[in-house]
Order: sequence, then C-alpha cells, then structure tokens
Amino acid sequence: MQADDRAEVDRLNDLLLRVARQRDRQAFVTLFHHFAPRLKSFLLRAGMEAGAAEETIQDVMVTVWQRAETFDPRLAAAGTWIFAIARNRRIDRLRRDRRPTFDPNDPALVPDEADGSMDTMLAEEQTAALHRAIRSLPPEQADLLKMAYFEDKAHSAIAEERRLPLGTVKSRLRLALARLRKAMAGDDPAGETL
Amino acid sequence: MNHIPHHHPGPDLLLAYAAGTLAEAPSLVVATHLALCPRCRAEVAGMEAIGGALLSDSSAATPVSTGLLADVLARLDGPPLAEAPRRRQVPPGHNPVLPEPLRSYIGGDVDTIRWRRTIPGLHECELSCSGGAVRMMRIRSGMGMPQHTHHGDEFTLVLQGGFTDGSGHYLRGDFASTDTSVDHRPIADDDGDCICLAFTDAPLRLTGRFMRWLNPFIRA
Ligand SMILES: [Zn+2]
Ligand SMILES: [Zn+2]
Repeated sequence: MQADDRAEVDRLNDLLLRVARQRDRQAFVTLFHHFAPRLKSFLLRAGMEAGAAEETIQDVMVTVWQRAETFDPRLAAAGTWIFAIARNRRIDRLRRDRRPTFDPNDPALVPDEADGSMDTMLAEEQTAALHRAIRSLPPEQADLLKMAYFEDKAHSAIAEERRLPLGTVKSRLRLALARLRKAMAGDDPAGETL
Repeated sequence: MNHIPHHHPGPDLLLAYAAGTLAEAPSLVVATHLALCPRCRAEVAGMEAIGGALLSDSSAATPVSTGLLADVLARLDGPPLAEAPRRRQVPPGHNPVLPEPLRSYIGGDVDTIRWRRTIPGLHECELSCSGGAVRMMRIRSGMGMPQHTHHGDEFTLVLQGGFTDGSGHYLRGDFASTDTSVDHRPIADDDGDCICLAFTDAPLRLTGRFMRWLNPFIRA
C-alpha cells in the first residue's frame, strides 16, 4: 500500500515535470486522463452545470500546460498544484470574486524560520502518507472533509445539510485536520483509533 | 525586527481559505495575516495538500465528453488565459508597513490611507471588497474603544502598534476573532497609534455600528 501511494505520487510529479521541461504532449495527455474526470467530480459537487464544468476543466488544463514551469515538486505535489489552479478557477467562475493572496517576494512578508525543524520527510513521502491517512479517516470525518473542499459551502451550510450542530461539524473537521497533519509530519495514524 | 504572531485564525477559517470557500472580504484579512505569519502559511500549505490528495483520489471520477481532450489540445499553444481582474500590485516603498495583498487594496502604504474621523480618537477608512465590510482603523495611542458586542463575526489584524482586551494583548500580525458571544473593550497601547484591518460580516451591522459609536466612549 505504502509503495503504491508513493509510486503514484512520483508518477504524477514526473508527468508534470516532463510537461514543464520537455513540453511533452504525451505526458500532458496522460495527466489529462488522470485529472479531467476528477476535476469534473470536483466542479459538479461545487454546483456547476456539466457544460460549465467542462469549460472550467479546459481552462484548468490549459493553465497546467502554460504554467508548468512554475511547478516545484519540493513545495507541492502535482495533485496539490493542480488543486490550487482548479480552486482559483472555480472561484472565478462561480463567484467572480478575487482571491486575495500574499506575495512570497513582498519585502513586508515575515520569512519562514529557517531552523530546519519543520519537516524531515520528503514531500513525496508526506503526500503518500497523506493519501493513506485520508483513507483511514472515520467515515463521518471524511464525509465532512470532502464537503468542505468540494462543495462551495460555508461550514454553517454543511451543518444544515447534514442536520448536525455547527459545533459538531467544526470539531469533526478539526479532528480530521489534526489527524492528517500528524500523518504529514511522519506520525502515521493508520491503525490508531481516535 | 519581525514580530512572530501569537494569535492566529482558527483552523476552520484557514480551512475555508485553503478550500476556496471564504468570501473576498474575510480572505483579505486572512491573506494579510499569512504574509506576517510563517506558522499559518505552513498550515494553509498542508491544507492545500489535503485538497490535492482529495482531488487525486480515484473514487471521485466522472467521465468527460469525448471531444474535451481535443478541445484542450487545440488551445495549448493559444494565447495565455485571461484571469479574473486582479488589483494591480503597488511597488513597495522602503520598509513597507502594509504587506500584500493589503497594499494593493489600499493603493499604497499607510501614508496613502485617506482616514475619516469616526469618533474622537478613532479614524477609519472603508475598503471595497465583496462578502462583508472591511476597513482600516487607527486608534489613538492609549485610547479605549467603547465596550461593545457583535452581531456576527469580527476579525481584526494588527498592523502597527497594539491593543489589549479581555482576551489578550495583540501586536503586529496578531489576529483577533470575536463573535456574538464576545463583549469587549479594546484599548490601544500607549506607545503609539494602533493601526488595524478589521472585517465584520452582516451588512446590517453598519447601522448597528454607527449606533454603538454613539455610546459614550471611555478614555483609557
Ligand atoms: Zn498565524
Ligand atoms: Zn469587537
């Protein structure tokens, strides 16, 4: 299981790097076959019509091709990098909102503390551990986590839809996040009972 | 010297920002905090990784139209995609007080803010943003704000100086969240004016806030 997750993370990163470095169309087509159906699920759950979802997938995949050289697998896995593009496109499309972001090169930015104590795990291993930990989440936590990411809804709307008190939704999300965070820090929670 | 913040947005708020479900107005306060807080930047990066893992998950796939790949391939070498309109970044002066993205929303650093006096000791400047009211506040050194409660969420980020209320002491980069359960009376530190970015939801609060400012305010 562990090796499979790691191999899949490496495979997707390599495809995106081939697009970035060699403008490799075959690698791009393979990425498309992997991500387009997943992006479609992601966008449909956010409430888009099928036609709008496919137009957005086009925009996301064209952006992947055009911006591939900014992908750095040490910072984020291919899936994370593509998720961020899809999330921003979804905001553009559904809300016509801007998404304010900090500028990493801003002189007023307080830089990361470079004490090296942060992460000793390789980014690829972290991502593989994260995939495992997501599969081992209790179903009621996984359900709310997917809603929080995939549906364009506030936590209060999620609470209403699931007929749960808002406090329960928030505490389950916090538990899920804490568990996944531990997994990314190299503390594998699979098999642990929470 | 950089102050490392001690007061942070809660995990729900960071999650909503990372997932892209938070409206522009509260996102501006969160993103400006991120510029000043390495801890929360790492937290949001982890949350984006969770989004990426959920997206890559094989169980959530819907077939796409047969022509979609051809449509995408035909566009690959076309012109770069138009983005939703973004604010033009303002080139930073020397040692900017305001970080991005806030500087672009204001159109410059603190010296370009067009302050308006609200009550003695308090100047404000509204920013235009969707999804709630965002404003800059400048509280005169040592002044106390009127005791007040909230009709909704209120997020306050300190950019210069500091203030104290019943929940703690807030300095540059610190993020204070209050809701309807909080009744407080912030008092600016007495070593200089306190400049904050504040978000409040519920448009109805505008009159409510104005009424509240009519309450007798108390000098600290
Ligand atoms: Zn923080
Ligand atoms: Zn308040």
